[in-house]
Amino acid sequence: MVIPVPVLLSLLAAFALTIVPLPGAIATARPEWVLLVLVYWGMAFPRRVGILVAFLAGLFLDVLQHQLLGQNALALAAAMFIVLQIYPRLRVYPLWQQAVVVAFLVGLTRFLNIWIQGAIGFPPGSNLYWLPILTSALLWPVVYHILRDARRRWLLHLT
Amino acid sequence: MVLIALALMALDHRFYQLQTLRSVLATVAYPLQLAVDAPIRVGSRILDSFSRHEQLVLENRLLRSDLMELRARQLRFDALQAENDRLRALLHTSAQATERVEIAKLLAVDLDPFRQQIVINKGRLDGVYAGQPLINADGVIGQILTPNWTSSTALLISDPGHALPVIVARTGLRALAVGSGNPRRLNLRHVPPQEDIEEGDLLLTSGLGGRFPSDYPVARIVSVEHLPGQPFLVIAAEPLAALDRSREALLLWTDAPAPQPGAEEQPDGRE
Repeated sequence: MVIPVPVLLSLLAAFALTIVPLPGAIATARPEWVLLVLVYWGMAFPRRVGILVAFLAGLFLDVLQHQLLGQNALALAAAMFIVLQIYPRLRVYPLWQQAVVVAFLVGLTRFLNIWIQGAIGFPPGSNLYWLPILTSALLWPVVYHILRDARRRWLLHLT
Repeated sequence: MVLIALALMALDHRFYQLQTLRSVLATVAYPLQLAVDAPIRVGSRILDSFSRHEQLVLENRLLRSDLMELRARQLRFDALQAENDRLRALLHTSAQATERVEIAKLLAVDLDPFRQQIVINKGRLDGVYAGQPLINADGVIGQILTPNWTSSTALLISDPGHALPVIVARTGLRALAVGSGNPRRLNLRHVPPQEDIEEGDLLLTSGLGGRFPSDYPVARIVSVEHLPGQPFLVIAAEPLAALDRSREALLLWTDAPAPQPGAEEQPDGRE
């Protein structure tokens, strides 16, 4: 299965957004862009964008953020596994309900990350760590509309 | 997948074989980091080009006078260095290592907001090694954590996982400056209450850790508290280098970079 170019481009944009410097006050609220994009494509093309893609994206994210290799890979692969289990339902959910699922998935990845960081010694000590759950859910409709339009324009022939 | 991820994490944490994989991926990531960094750099350059002529002239004049002064001091410094070497030779102690510096630029990219790390644009190709000290014109910034081929990740002294052996310049008291996660604050651990230490004291690197050369300024003490019932003083210090605002850093090579086994290991600040 070939991964379409728009999917790769959107992932690249998500990586860039993940490392764009933000002012200190809102840096902790940065949404999990990579996860949002992966969730959308996993939902749209479950047979093309699967656990392996999520794993590799996570590995790249680990290097970008200088985390332990495999930390984000594990979290994103786990989230993608859930998406692949429920994608038929996810597609017909209204947008706000999808956002709730996304919030749950972000929470899961954050939880796996803090668990691993705690195991190796330095868990982030602040409750602000959980803020991306909220911001990711709030930004889900935006991501959804952008990626849906992209899919309708360039990838309508794919399943 | 889960097993692979767990194996990767264990390998990365315990051993250092994955350095090549990380380097390869980091080399792929480098163009992306540059692309994110570029608009910000261009923006600041445009702002620069709009700054007024008189301002530039004024700045130029200031820099010139600074340069004069520093040159004059440098003259005396060379003489003192020679004298110091001669005296040391007389006393049959080892000569101080000479040092070489190179300027590295910080890339404007964000890492994990809960860790104090930066990315610089020099890597193993430029001779950067793990554990290498990083300073700027005001004081110590941090040390290299992972050198990749073209870029490196560095740990700031304010990271909670970083501990730096220091001495108080006034009294010679040795202490450990541990990062707090806040770039404007370091904590001094394990200083008993009877010690002579007060607000405004300057902290220098002691060179005891073997990684930083001695006598580089690190921080200035901002508060000393003695809480009754606590065995040690609670001491806060503010780093002299603006850790969260600098755009450039100086990489420091001491003459003989002693290769240290497992040098990527962070100095552990926790007990």
